[in-house]
Amino acid sequence: MSEEPEETGATAAESPFPVKVQIKNVGFRYGKFEALKGISLPLRDRHVTAFIGPSGCGKSTLLRILNRIYELYPGQVATGEVLVDGKNILSPGLDLNLVRSKIGMVFQKPTPFPMSIHDNIAFGIRLYERLPKSELDDRIEQALRRAALWDEVKDKLRQSGLGLSGGQQQRLCIARAIAVEPEILLLDEPASALDPISTQRIEELIAELKSDYCIAIVTHNMQQAARSSDYTAFMYLGELIEFDETERIFTAPKVKRTEDYITGRFG
Amino acid sequence: MQLYARRRVTNYLVVGLSLTATAFGLLFLVFVLGTLLKNGVGALGPTLFTQATPPPGSQGGLINAICGSLAMTLIATLVGTPTGILAGTFLAEYAHNSRLGEFVRFINDILLSAPSIIIGLFVYSVMVVPMGHFSAWAGSVALAIIMIPVIVRTTEDMLTLVPNTLREAAAALGAPKWKIVVTVTYRSAVQGMLTGVLLAVARISGETAPLLFTALNNQFWSSNLNAPMANLPVVIFQFAMSPYVDWQALAWAGALLITAAILFLNIGARLLASWSGLEK
Repeated sequence: MSEEPEETGATAAESPFPVKVQIKNVGFRYGKFEALKGISLPLRDRHVTAFIGPSGCGKSTLLRILNRIYELYPGQVATGEVLVDGKNILSPGLDLNLVRSKIGMVFQKPTPFPMSIHDNIAFGIRLYERLPKSELDDRIEQALRRAALWDEVKDKLRQSGLGLSGGQQQRLCIARAIAVEPEILLLDEPASALDPISTQRIEELIAELKSDYCIAIVTHNMQQAARSSDYTAFMYLGELIEFDETERIFTAPKVKRTEDYITGRFG
Repeated sequence: MQLYARRRVTNYLVVGLSLTATAFGLLFLVFVLGTLLKNGVGALGPTLFTQATPPPGSQGGLINAICGSLAMTLIATLVGTPTGILAGTFLAEYAHNSRLGEFVRFINDILLSAPSIIIGLFVYSVMVVPMGHFSAWAGSVALAIIMIPVIVRTTEDMLTLVPNTLREAAAALGAPKWKIVVTVTYRSAVQGMLTGVLLAVARISGETAPLLFTALNNQFWSSNLNAPMANLPVVIFQFAMSPYVDWQALAWAGALLITAAILFLNIGARLLASWSGLEK
C-alpha cells in the first residue's frame, strides 16, 4: 500500500474537507423485505467513498437512496435521514428533480440517450439553464474534456452517442453527469461492464474528479475500491459492518467478517 | 448410438412437417395473389383513376372509392394515432402496475379482438341512427375505433422495451417525468411506434364490415364528409357480388389496389423497423 500523506496522515475527524453527506440511521424496505438496517456514515467532500460487500448486501440500494432514484418504483420505502449540507433530502415536500440535479449518477451499464453526443450532454444542461449556443457548446466541451473524452469525439459531436464503444459511452455518461455541475457523484459499479483498459481510464477519471466532487462508488472489485477510494464502507446483509479509511479497511480491519471478505474467504 | 439415431429421425420428421406446413400456407397465399394478379391486372385501365363507379354496362373507374377510402383512412389515422399513442403511454409509463392500468389493458385487449362488424354496429347506433343518415364521418370513427387498440398495444409494448436504466439516467439528471417520456423514451421507441401506426393503417384499409354500417357507399363522386361516401372495400363487396361482368372486373381491380397498398404499408413498416433511426 503506497503511503499518501493526505490519506494516512489525517483521520476522518481531522480531514480538511467537511462532511458533504451525512447518512443517518437509514433503512430501506420493499414489501416485507428489509434491505437496509440502520446505516449511518459520512461522505466527505472531495473524497471518494467506496461501498463494498457481497451481492445483495444493499450497497447499490444505499446509493440509490442518496438521490432518491428508488422512488421511480412504487412500494419502496426509505427511512432515516440523508443530510446533504445539513438538509435532509429524504424529507417529503422537497423538489425531487432539483435534488437530483445536484447529485449526478452513473450506472453499471452505460446509458447514452438515443441522440447525438452533443445532445446527450446538452440534455441535462438544458433542463435547468437557458444558455446561448456558444456558451452551451463551451459547457459541453468542458464536460467532455473533464471526462477525458473530448479528443475522441470532438469531430463527431453530431453523431449518435450509441455509436461509441462501451468505455466511451460510460465516459459520455460521466460527462453528462458532471455537465450539470452537481456537487455529488454517485457511481454504481461504473466499470463492471467494461474491459480492463476502459476500467483503468474510468479509475483515472475518478481520481481526477475527486478534486471537485464528493464521490460515492459502489464496486464489486476490491482492488478498485482499494485503488480509488479514500474511505470504504463494508456492508453485509443490509447492515454496515465497518466503515473506515480505505487504508485501514484493507490492512487492519477491526471486524473479522470484513477481513474474511477482503481476503476472499467469502463473497 | 441408438438414441442418437432416434434423435436424427425425429429431427428429420419434425423438419419435414414444418416444411410441409410452410408450403401449405404459402401455396394458398400464392394462389390468392396469383388469382388477384391475373384478374386484377386485366381490369386495370386508364379510366380507373379518372372516372367514378359506373352504372352497369358502361365505362367507369374507382376514383370516388379510392378517394373515399383515402379520406376516411386519413381521418381515422389523425384521430386514432394520437389517442392510441397517449393511451399506450399512459399504460406503459404511468399505470404500469396499477389496477387502473390492468383494467384499461384488459378492455383494450377485448377491443383488439372485437369483430369489426360489432364496431360497425356500435357506430351505426351511436352516430348513424341519431344523425339520420350514413356518413363518411361515421365511417372514419368506426375505422379509428379499430385502429386505437392496435396502436395502444404496440405503443405500450415498444415503450416497455425501453430499458428502465435509461429512464433512471434521465431522472438522475433531474428531468421531470413528462420530459423523460417525451425526449428519452419516445426517442428510443419511435421506430416501433411508427411501425405500429403503419400496421394499424394497413389493418383498417381493408375493413368492410364497419363501413357497411357507417359510410355505406356512393355511386357518385362526393367530397361531403357528412354524406355517404364510396370506399374500396364496400365497392368490392357490392361489385363482386353483382351479375355484371364489368362491375366484377372493377372489383378485381379494387382488390388489387388494396392489396398493393397494404403491401407497401408493410414494406414501409419493415423499412422503418430496420432503419437505424439516427444519423451515423
